[in-house]
Amino acid sequence: MRDISFGQYYPVKSYVHNIDARIKILITLLYMVSVFFITSYTAFAGVFLFLTIVIAVSHVPYRTVLRSIKGLLFLLIFTAIINIFFTSSGNPLLQIKIGKLMINITDQGINFAVKMALRFSLLVLGSSILTFTTTPTELTDALEVLLKPLTYIKIPVHDLAIIMSIALRFIPGLMEETDKIMMAQKARGANLDSGNFFKKIKAMLPVLIPLFVSAFRRADELADALDARCYNASNKRTKMKVFKLKSTDLIAFFVFVAIVVLIFLDKYLVGAFVPSPDLGSFEVQGLDIFIYNLLLKIKVLIV
Amino acid sequence: MPITIRHLSFTYSAGTPYEKKALENINLQINEGDFLGIIGHTGSGKSTFIQHINGLIKPQAGEIEIFDLKLTPEKRPKVNLKALRSSVGMVFQYPEYQLFADTVAKDVAFGPKNLGLPSEEVEKRVKQAIEMVGLDYEAVKDRAPFELSGGQKRRVAIAGIIAMQPKMLILDEPTAGLDPFGKEQILNLIKYLKTHCSPTIVVISHDIDEITRFANRIVVFNDSHIVYDEPMQQLFKHSRQLQKMGLDIPRAVKVVNSLRARGVDLGEDIVTAEDLIKAVVARYNEVHSTSLDENAGVFDMYDFSQKWLTTEERQMLEEESSSEEAPIDKSIKSSEVSEDSKK
Repeated sequence: MRDISFGQYYPVKSYVHNIDARIKILITLLYMVSVFFITSYTAFAGVFLFLTIVIAVSHVPYRTVLRSIKGLLFLLIFTAIINIFFTSSGNPLLQIKIGKLMINITDQGINFAVKMALRFSLLVLGSSILTFTTTPTELTDALEVLLKPLTYIKIPVHDLAIIMSIALRFIPGLMEETDKIMMAQKARGANLDSGNFFKKIKAMLPVLIPLFVSAFRRADELADALDARCYNASNKRTKMKVFKLKSTDLIAFFVFVAIVVLIFLDKYLVGAFVPSPDLGSFEVQGLDIFIYNLLLKIKVLIV
Repeated sequence: MPITIRHLSFTYSAGTPYEKKALENINLQINEGDFLGIIGHTGSGKSTFIQHINGLIKPQAGEIEIFDLKLTPEKRPKVNLKALRSSVGMVFQYPEYQLFADTVAKDVAFGPKNLGLPSEEVEKRVKQAIEMVGLDYEAVKDRAPFELSGGQKRRVAIAGIIAMQPKMLILDEPTAGLDPFGKEQILNLIKYLKTHCSPTIVVISHDIDEITRFANRIVVFNDSHIVYDEPMQQLFKHSRQLQKMGLDIPRAVKVVNSLRARGVDLGEDIVTAEDLIKAVVARYNEVHSTSLDENAGVFDMYDFSQKWLTTEERQMLEEESSSEEAPIDKSIKSSEVSEDSKK
């Protein structure tokens, strides 16, 4: 129960924690888009270095951040293998025959698979920094502010935000409740973690039913409590904490924009000016061309 | 065979900012036949402690010997958790929240079924357990647990535990959230279970007046340590220290202490309301050289309902908090109320 680390707030004080949640969300969105524009290995290394520095500044231990990727490791390896097997373009390196099926493993396939895996881990790591350093309340508040323009096309942003923050607020309570009920049923000899998948699901019923009952009870109580305070989701509500941009927020934003610009320069500019080496259908991209040429020169020097 | 706990320590989420020490070097022996009360304020480690005894938490340091089982931090040899849980029954706080089956009988059968008992044995135990907690088996067995009243639900949940016939019973805040009458019934049930089901009982409670009514020994937890482990009569010599820890002391002790401060000393061993009444009557006899009966007219809420209410009034009370009379009443000796005091 306690080892779900993806999206868990890590309570320490740091510069990254301090950045305005709205800016952090914008940066994360921008980051997620630009990760798909990273093409060269040099750029990947650069972004990884950037993340490492951000994590160091955020005072969240590397181990904790890396744990968020652990749960997705299977997915990562699975997609990489699929990519290797089913990319047929590029120079073939190896041919495998399975029955009538011919599988070509090409350099382009491996290149593609590795880059995909790198991209995927960058996405997970980057977005988990947001959730590690921002409390769920800050997140929903910031989202509400950012989505405000949608109220003009009659989307009830405030209601959605309150629904989200209530849902988030319930998660720790429900986790604790699950823990308690699991313990209570284990004390009655319930076997919750053996047997095959279907047996496990059946064994979870004594946990799930009381959990649902208590979730409904809690929801009822909360609704009453909201009613008792005359809560209504009108637009005229004021906030206890009003977001105010600080100069440090702007600095963070511009540092990040600079990095995005570098990513785009790497993808579009370098290739336009420096000719890519001819390696058949394999393509060397961006700053990798310089590295490749450098390695070639070193090789020539040694030989 | 006693239960021995040696050098037990436990820390939650070690190595993270959520790290919290719950137990530190706990040593305790629970003897067979003990009626042990555990007190301590929230977060003092008492809940973590009892979860260890049931094997719900693996010890991080130290060891626990329960009957012939041994719990250690090592992975091997594997502990037979089923055997452990059939000999140590655990009733959690608000146990009615763990009810899940569509009928009472099925819910009570969950524990014994998990022990792998044959179905006739399970059925026999279910009937026995439901009757033991003072419910009418035929009337409730096919009802949905969610239709019952609060007190009844709790008794069904307790029946689910005692159907496993544990040699030792642990109860965490068994009376929390009940009205005075429901409380009284649960307390009487616990007393009854001590003689008829599980000879060793451990109860956690915040209500010190409640604990002193049955415990013969009290363990005090404070800040992950055991600070006192004493027979009930002796514990309240430390009244001042207990109050400093933010713990309550029995009302009778408060009265005795404040009388002492005013120069009236009634003696040391007074803990319960009954003790106090006896001491006061004895003192009265001494001063006025009368011979009033010290044991007359001592009653609690349950006795009160038995003696002072009409049948209809009593029935109404029971409907509201929990129906059916417990078989327990017969086992409780209540001293006779004299005709005079009735008027």
